Amino acid sequence: MNIHEYQAKAVLKEYGAPVAEGVAIFSADEAEAAAKKLPGPLWVVKSQIHAGGRGKGKFKELPADAKGGVRLAFSIDEVIANAKDMLGNTLVTAQTGDAGKVVNRLYIEDGADIERELYLSLLVDRSSGQVAFVASTEGGMDIEEVAHSTPEKILTLPINPLDGVTDEKAGQLCDALKLEGDARADGLKLFPILYKAFVEKDMSLLEINPLIVMKDGHLRVLDAKVSFDGNALFRHEDIVALRDKTEEDEKEIEASKHDLAYVALDGNIGCMVNGAGLAMATMDIIKLYGAEPANFLDVGGGASKEKVTAAFKIITSDPNVKGILVNIFGGIMRCDVIAEGVLAAVKEVGLQVPLVVRLEGTNVELGKKIISESGLNVIPADDLDDAAQKIVAAVKEAN
Amino acid sequence: MSILVDKDTKIIVQGLTGKTGTFHTEQALEYFGTKMVAGVHPKKGGETWSSGIEGAAELPIFASVKEAKDATGANASVVYVPPAGAAAAIIEAIDAEIPFIVCITEGIPVADMVKVKARLDNSNSRLLGPNCPGVLTPEECKIGIMPGSIFKKGSVGIVSRSGTLTYEAVFQTSQEGLGQTTAVGIGGDPVKGTEFIDMLDMFLDDPETESIIMIGEIGGSAEEEAAEWLQEQAKKGRKKPMVGFIAGRTAPPGRTMGHAGAVISGGKGGAEDKIAAMEAAGIRVSPSPAKLGKTLVELLKETA
Repeated sequence: MNIHEYQAKAVLKEYGAPVAEGVAIFSADEAEAAAKKLPGPLWVVKSQIHAGGRGKGKFKELPADAKGGVRLAFSIDEVIANAKDMLGNTLVTAQTGDAGKVVNRLYIEDGADIERELYLSLLVDRSSGQVAFVASTEGGMDIEEVAHSTPEKILTLPINPLDGVTDEKAGQLCDALKLEGDARADGLKLFPILYKAFVEKDMSLLEINPLIVMKDGHLRVLDAKVSFDGNALFRHEDIVALRDKTEEDEKEIEASKHDLAYVALDGNIGCMVNGAGLAMATMDIIKLYGAEPANFLDVGGGASKEKVTAAFKIITSDPNVKGILVNIFGGIMRCDVIAEGVLAAVKEVGLQVPLVVRLEGTNVELGKKIISESGLNVIPADDLDDAAQKIVAAVKEAN
Repeated sequence: MSILVDKDTKIIVQGLTGKTGTFHTEQALEYFGTKMVAGVHPKKGGETWSSGIEGAAELPIFASVKEAKDATGANASVVYVPPAGAAAAIIEAIDAEIPFIVCITEGIPVADMVKVKARLDNSNSRLLGPNCPGVLTPEECKIGIMPGSIFKKGSVGIVSRSGTLTYEAVFQTSQEGLGQTTAVGIGGDPVKGTEFIDMLDMFLDDPETESIIMIGEIGGSAEEEAAEWLQEQAKKGRKKPMVGFIAGRTAPPGRTMGHAGAVISGGKGGAEDKIAAMEAAGIRVSPSPAKLGKTLVELLKETA
C-alpha cells in the first residue's frame, strides 16, 4: 500500500526525523491559511499523487510551458496562484503513464536552502534476507540511472535484525554520504530512527530522495516515499486509515474486497487463472501469440464459486475486454467449482465476448462436462498453448 | 533416490486442526501412506485428530513441537498456521531442532520472515517456503498441497517459485513418460528459507535425477544467481540437462503480481535479464509454459 508524501513525512516526524513544516490542502480556498501558518519567505507547493517524477511532470490542461507538479513560491499570493493552477488538473509524469493522475491534494511546505542533495532508502534485500540501507551522494536524481551508470556511487548496507543499526553501520552510511560536522551528528541520529520506523510500521520501501544537507549544515528529509507491506496491514489500523482510494483502480479495489489478486493492464484479453505464476505465464503466452492481456488475475488456491463469480464480473466490467481466457490447473482448486462459478457469472452478467476455458487437474472431466452441457458458447481448450491461440484467433475474428 | 524427503520421513503438522491443515493431511495420508505422525496445537494437546475418512488413521495432538518430536521421532514439520502466527510457528520448529520445515502459509509479513531468516542462519533446520506448495517425491512422500494424481515416478527434478507452474511441469513430464524424482516449490515470497541454488545442488548430487526443470518468475535476482552458480559448477564437471521458464515477461514494472516477491522494482528483476542469464548457463528456456515437457524431451534427444 502506498501513501502520499505528506503522510509519509508525518509518520517519519513521529519517529523524530527532521522534516520541514507543512500543511496539506484539498482545495485552493485553503491555500492562504496554509501558507500563513508557515514562516516563509520561501514556500514549496507540491502535488500529492502516488507517482514519482512530479517536479518534471506536466499538467495536461495547462499550456506546454507551464511549470511542473512541484513549484516554488516567493509570496503567499504565489502560493494561492499555484494552488489554483494545480488542483483538479491532471499531472503526467514519467511514472503515471499517459493518462496521468488528477491532483486532488497539495502539500504546502516551508522552503529550504539546499547545500547538497543525497539519496537514502530502506528496503528488504532479498539476497541477505535483511532490511538494507541504500545510500548515495547522487541525490535528487533517478537512482536507477545512477545504479546503471555509476554503480560505485551506491552503497547497499544490510542490517542484521539481531543487532539493529550499530554505530559502525551508521558511521559507514555517514561516510558513504560524505557527512561531516552537524550533518554527521544528524545522520548518526537519523539512521536508527528510519530503521525503527521501517520495521515497526512494516514498510516495504522508504525512499528519501533527496535527503538534503542545508546551508546551515543540518540534514532534512526533503522528499519521502513510503510503501507498506500489504500482508502486515492487519496490525496497523493507523496506516490503513491513510489509504487514498482515489489513487487506485476501481476494479482493483473491488478485487481486493474479494481477496483476489488483480492488476489492470492495457490489453483486450481478460484472464482468470489460479496461481500467480500461471497467471503471469498466461499473460505472457497471450502476448506470445500476438495479443495483449487486459489484466492479471489470480483467483487463488481455494477459491469458492462466489469468488470465481466475482472475478468474472470484474473482468467483464472492463470495457476494453474483447475476449476472456479462463486457465485453471486444479490442484487444490477443483475444476467443477470453477465451471460452476463461470456459469453462475455468465448467467448473471451475460457473455458478450468469446470465452475460452482450459481446465486441467482435479475433477477435470466433471468440470468440462458442466461447461459442455451448459449450452453456453464456450470454446474448450486442451492446454495453455491451445487456449491462447484460440482466444487470440476468436478476438481477431470478432473484431 | 530423492531429495529432501523419502518414504521414511516422519512429519508433524502445525495447524492440523484448521480446515486447510485437515484437508491436506488427509490427502497426504492417502498419498502412498505419507508418514504424518502428529499435530501440534497449543491449546489442544492430548486430543486426537481424526481425518473424517472412514477407517483412516487418527493422529495425536501435542501442545508443542518439542513434545510432538520427542514422542514421535518426527524429522519434518509442515506449517499451515495462518499468516499472523506462522512465523512464530516456524521459530518454534527451529527451536525444537526439526531438521526440515515446510511452510505453506501465504501472506506472512516480510518483517516476520526477516526475523525467521536470522534465526534460521544459526540453526540446524532447513526451511522450505513460505508461500510454497511444498515438496513431493512420487510414491514416497507428499508434504504440502501438490496434487498427487499428476505425478509419476521418474527422472526429472523440478524446482519452481510458482505452485501451479510446478503442476504444469509435473503434468507435462508425466505425460511425456519421463516422470519426476522430486518436485519442490520454493515459494513466491521475497524472503524465504530455500533458494534455487540449494535445490539445484541437491538435484545435481542425486544420481536418479537425470535432468532438471527450473521455473522462475520476475522479481529479485535468484535466477541470475543460480545461473551464475550453475556455470561455475559446469566448469567442475557438474552438469545436467536443464529446461527453464520465467513467468512475467509482460508484467508492468512496480506492480506486485500476486506473489509478494513477483515485482520488478528499481529497474531490477525483469524477465529478459533472467532468461538471458539462464540461457548463458546452458539452460534451454521455453517461451511457452505449455512446452516444458516437450522441450525437455527434445533436449534429451539432442544430448543423448
